[in-house]
Amino acid sequence: MTFEELVFYFFSAILVFAATMVVFIKKPVHAALYLVLAFFSSAGVWLLLDAEFLAVTLVLVYVGAVMVLFLFVVMMLDINLAPLKEGFARYLPAGILIGLVVLAELAFVFLGDYFGPEQYPNPGHHPADYSNTAELGSKLYTEYFLAFELAAVILLVAIIAAIVLTLRPKRWSKYVSPEEQVSITRKGRVKLVDPKADKD
Amino acid sequence: MLDAMNELLAGLPEPAGYLILTVAKILAIVLPIMIGVAYLTFAERKVIGYIQVRVGPNRVGPRGWLQPIADGVKLLFKETIVPTNANKFLFIIAPVLTFAPSIAAWAVVPFDDGLVLTDVDAGLLYILAITSVGVYGVIIAGWASNSKYALLGALRSAAQIVSYEIAMGFALVGVILAAGSLNLTTIVEGQSGSILHWYWLPLLPLFVIYFISGVAETNRAPFDVAEGESEIVAGFHVEYSAMTFSVFFLAEYANMILVSLLTALMFLGGWLSPFQGIPVLEDLFEPVPGIVWLLLKAGFFLFLYLWFRATFPRYRYDQIMRLGWKVFIPITIVWLLVVGVGVVAGIGPWFD
Amino acid sequence: MNKIVAYLKSLLLWELIQGLRLTGKYLFSKKITVQYPDEKTPLSPRFRGLHALRRYPNGEERCIACKLCEAVCPALAITIEAGPRQDDGTRRTTRYEIDLFKCIFCGFCEESCPVDSIVETDIFEYHFEQRGEQIMDKQKLLAIGDKYEERIARNRMLDAKYR
Repeated sequence: MTFEELVFYFFSAILVFAATMVVFIKKPVHAALYLVLAFFSSAGVWLLLDAEFLAVTLVLVYVGAVMVLFLFVVMMLDINLAPLKEGFARYLPAGILIGLVVLAELAFVFLGDYFGPEQYPNPGHHPADYSNTAELGSKLYTEYFLAFELAAVILLVAIIAAIVLTLRPKRWSKYVSPEEQVSITRKGRVKLVDPKADKD
Repeated sequence: MLDAMNELLAGLPEPAGYLILTVAKILAIVLPIMIGVAYLTFAERKVIGYIQVRVGPNRVGPRGWLQPIADGVKLLFKETIVPTNANKFLFIIAPVLTFAPSIAAWAVVPFDDGLVLTDVDAGLLYILAITSVGVYGVIIAGWASNSKYALLGALRSAAQIVSYEIAMGFALVGVILAAGSLNLTTIVEGQSGSILHWYWLPLLPLFVIYFISGVAETNRAPFDVAEGESEIVAGFHVEYSAMTFSVFFLAEYANMILVSLLTALMFLGGWLSPFQGIPVLEDLFEPVPGIVWLLLKAGFFLFLYLWFRATFPRYRYDQIMRLGWKVFIPITIVWLLVVGVGVVAGIGPWFD
Repeated sequence: MNKIVAYLKSLLLWELIQGLRLTGKYLFSKKITVQYPDEKTPLSPRFRGLHALRRYPNGEERCIACKLCEAVCPALAITIEAGPRQDDGTRRTTRYEIDLFKCIFCGFCEESCPVDSIVETDIFEYHFEQRGEQIMDKQKLLAIGDKYEERIARNRMLDAKYR
């Protein structure tokens, strides 16, 4: 076994273990942390495939931002586990069925004539000065420009929708804008009055 | 010295020699960082003391120079207390999770032309990704402590780090645009010429925003709401004591040094001499090695960190969020357009 | 117009730079720290520190157990028991205790004393190593008085003209 294979099996073992734990562990926070581990090890596997840009982006976006917010929410929720387990026996057949369907689909794809290992031979390693990042960038902005821009627009719409849906009207909040607060001067607030009464 | 070591190790069998050399290189980076961290705490206490018209620690050793060692020894011998009902495994591993990324990020930082552990192509991206992992230590520490203050601190810190990462990332995109590379060595080489060729001038808003975001990312004053002594005692590390506590601080100060060094590399020309291009002075300062310039520049930013802490009161939490999302991100996006136009038009001396 | 100026000021971090300038100036100003165990600030003769019981020059203790100090003490730190002395039958204290943890060093005991017996010296560097040591009994107080009589007398004299 070469060193590379060793690393691959190391990361894969952790990945499979972590992914299994995400599903089977009871505490939601632990499940989220195992998911982080799973992302991390899959980033390691991607690195072995020379996809350093994607691997780093996976860590940056999923581990560094998405999962943080996920954890954030899970920590704040007070999840009562008992009702979640209630219908286990009832939903088990449906769950097994769906799992089998997914498995069959995967088998169909990977063992079929169009995909599978034979159709996609190992591309081998690129020379050291090959920049995965630059290649990806030029592909995205030339060949796949339309798809890329469409995805960007959809994301933008999603952002705006999320903001609009959760935006509270100003009359509901007691927010005072900091600009107004810091631009207060003495002139606007203090009025000097001549106390006439003291003159007697 | 490196050549001599290479020759010495060439005699060993291939993987062993490589391994030993790499470990030696890592030690050569990590040990100075640790010493730097120790003396940064000392410098902090001294500088803040001086600004407050005091003299700071001066009792341990000559002029107080052994103070960090005394602190370290003290923390080492104290008891690590695990709170009741805390998740012991996560509680212990959280400081490690904060510390490891703050050291791992140094793998791609160049200290001089060619003086780098691994010259990764996507170096900047790697640093951004690795430092963003550090937030887990904080979150897990807050959650595993089984304390309300700790959890509040962790939530604040998580929200803050995630928001400022975006402004920081955009500022970095400006640098990447200007240099046309993600490799830190190439970025520094792109600034070669004179002090006016450095990126601080064309990227001035990004430079300022990057450093302020860096201060926020490292949870330092005036953005230290995650600790917030006056509101939530000490935030995510309330329950930590002894070595676990000090590991958090090692990580925080290592991150400070990292941010300062990166700012120097990306905006102030890294190891390039500031007298480059000036006829007489350039020759005069020729023998000064590049790493000295780099450390001087990083030292300036570290001093700024301490200066900020001694000057500014803590931001209110909602104002931190406002600053990050409503001020920094729009400014960076606008300036990215400006830089983009500059790069396309080839406006010299930076983008030609 | 003012709004634009304010906006520009906040954008250019004008006020923050002003703040930095101020603290930067203090960085180089002369430090006023007193290196305490090596250097000490002068003490006023009126300084109220550790208590003492004084004696007359002939060695007779001044205290006549009038209990005025006990009555005036706002913190109830003084406990006095009185009785005739064995050899000559004069009224003396059989027990005179000050709990220094209760004492607030207000100096009322000193003010109320008709014979200048209980006084507060200018000693402030003392410590206790065990519980119970904070209760100053008669022996301890008299010992302090004997030891520092010169200092006590000098401070009383310096302050006398203002009384």
